[in-house]
Amino acid sequence: MKHSTFLLFTLPSLSVMFLFIAIPIVSVFIQSLHIEHKQVIIVSENCDPFGCETTTSVDTEASAKLKEKAPLGKFNGFKTYSNRMHFAFDEIGEAWNSSDSFIVFVKKIYNYPLYRALSFTLTYTFVVTPFVLFLGFLVALGVNNLPKLLKGPTIFASLLPMIVTPLVGSLILFWMVDGDGVIGATLQKIFNDNSLSLKASPVLTWVMLMVYGIWHLMPFSFIVFYAGLQTVPHETIEAATIDGASKFQRTRHVVIPHLMPLAIFITLILLMDNFRVFEPIISFRAEAHATSISWLIWNHLRESAYPLYNAAGATSMITIFCVGILLLPVLIRTWRDFNEKNKG
Amino acid sequence: MNTKIENKLTPVRIIAFVFVALWLIVAMFPFIWTLWGSFKVQADFFSKADWANAIFGFHTEKQTGNFFTIDGYYGSWIQEEFWRAVINTSIVVFFTVLISLTFGTLGGYALARSTYRYAFWILMAGLIFRAMPHMTLVSGYLQPFFAWNVWGILPTTIIVLVAINQPFTLWMLHSFFLNIPKDLDESAMCDGCNRFQAFRYVIIPIMWPGVITTGLFSFLLAYNDFTVTSMLLSDENETMIPAIASFLGTVQEEGKVMYAVAAVVSATAPLFFLVMFFQRQIVSGLTAGAVKG
Repeated sequence: MKHSTFLLFTLPSLSVMFLFIAIPIVSVFIQSLHIEHKQVIIVSENCDPFGCETTTSVDTEASAKLKEKAPLGKFNGFKTYSNRMHFAFDEIGEAWNSSDSFIVFVKKIYNYPLYRALSFTLTYTFVVTPFVLFLGFLVALGVNNLPKLLKGPTIFASLLPMIVTPLVGSLILFWMVDGDGVIGATLQKIFNDNSLSLKASPVLTWVMLMVYGIWHLMPFSFIVFYAGLQTVPHETIEAATIDGASKFQRTRHVVIPHLMPLAIFITLILLMDNFRVFEPIISFRAEAHATSISWLIWNHLRESAYPLYNAAGATSMITIFCVGILLLPVLIRTWRDFNEKNKG
Repeated sequence: MNTKIENKLTPVRIIAFVFVALWLIVAMFPFIWTLWGSFKVQADFFSKADWANAIFGFHTEKQTGNFFTIDGYYGSWIQEEFWRAVINTSIVVFFTVLISLTFGTLGGYALARSTYRYAFWILMAGLIFRAMPHMTLVSGYLQPFFAWNVWGILPTTIIVLVAINQPFTLWMLHSFFLNIPKDLDESAMCDGCNRFQAFRYVIIPIMWPGVITTGLFSFLLAYNDFTVTSMLLSDENETMIPAIASFLGTVQEEGKVMYAVAAVVSATAPLFFLVMFFQRQIVSGLTAGAVKG
């Protein structure tokens, strides 16, 4: 295809991606280097017969002028990255010096928002992903053994947890595990403890969020594995059976190696999707016990009267950096494959 | 003979059967429960005393005189004006899918037919863009959108959703077009068509299966989005999902949680029918990138 034709065909697509994905990443980085202007304060002294009083007021005109001159705010370098909302270097140094044991130190670090969010996001990602892979594979094996008539309805029912909006899906579960909901109330009865609440305990909140994550994403790995199972070569299975391999051995030595490329693909998608976990935290109102990086950015933009663009920007850059590390192995692999293909 | 062996009930088969049945319950029960419960009053759906209340509607009968009530639906759709959000969602979803597919088919076709190295790089950039958490992008939009005074309106949200959708759409349509033999459009070009005519008269008539599958996923992304719509739309332009989220903030008092339950069921229903009618396309779309790569 000629260069000019290629450009004409891809121009709309490339320009929206450039304008709304590439440029915002740059703009987020610039935002993170600036800090909002301080309000210009006028100190005035009023004297009356009873003495003098100093009053302070905001000079709105001067503040507005300052903002107009430099709408991004004051240049702040990388200080936003090192403040207590983010890496909190000073505070960590202090915590290291003042803690007598490593556990105390870790607990102190956990109080800083970024480390809190990172620890939940990473735990979530690396717990949910293997569970989804494993359980999805088992269900795929199970469905593959079903009579043909039942396969269609099974796939239909399996798709629902994934297709449904994450916010809505997690709300549905949240209402069920509520103290008055069907699962929550039943658990209270079983353990005979009326104050038992999945929402009040940090550990149970984490577990609940991860169970939701597994429920939500399992259909994806199930469907892909199920499609993969249809392509397992029949001859190899037969040959293994003739050689005396049991069903388990056939699965272990024929089916699993055949599905390995698929597993890598699923892992990649799962890592990307799990790392941006956000909606369930809103639905479960879990922010007291579990926050994710995306939630943290949302919070910077939403919670205070003025959006904290610099904090949101810095957190976003840290997130992008983490995503880069997650993707690096895949990118290197693809690059190698591509080069080999071009050589051969 | 082979089929006879496969139909025998071995212990492994029974375990598989039980396991699948268990998964089906876990997958389906929450939906059935919530659908049924949305026609009850709060005292039944959130019944501490006895979960059977939610099934038989003990309090519902006492309060409204019937086992079923549509109070929740009336409250959310009419009183809280959920219908506005439904209209907004329809507009956003329709235009997002339309524009995504138009841009995506053009781009995906060109990427599939180009033999140059930059096509590979564009696809790689797409993969990286696909991995960006949407929240990081949204935090970059707010300041310029406020400055240009385009925050809060539907067109802004539509174009942002199109952009976020593009990497996925490009990848999917690219692999779809790779499956259409090159000879088709090349022979058309030998007959004197230029590239655009070949695309128009040869490719467009046969591309619909792939476009429909991709369109389903664009639909899901736009319909399910919370991050972008909650941050970029003003209150009066709110779509369904952020509307449900703001229900939670405002209607926590007695009786009104059922509004949110009804709204949740209303938002799930279209997805239910989508899966019912397009199950085959969704499955083939999910596996398209996977089985080949």
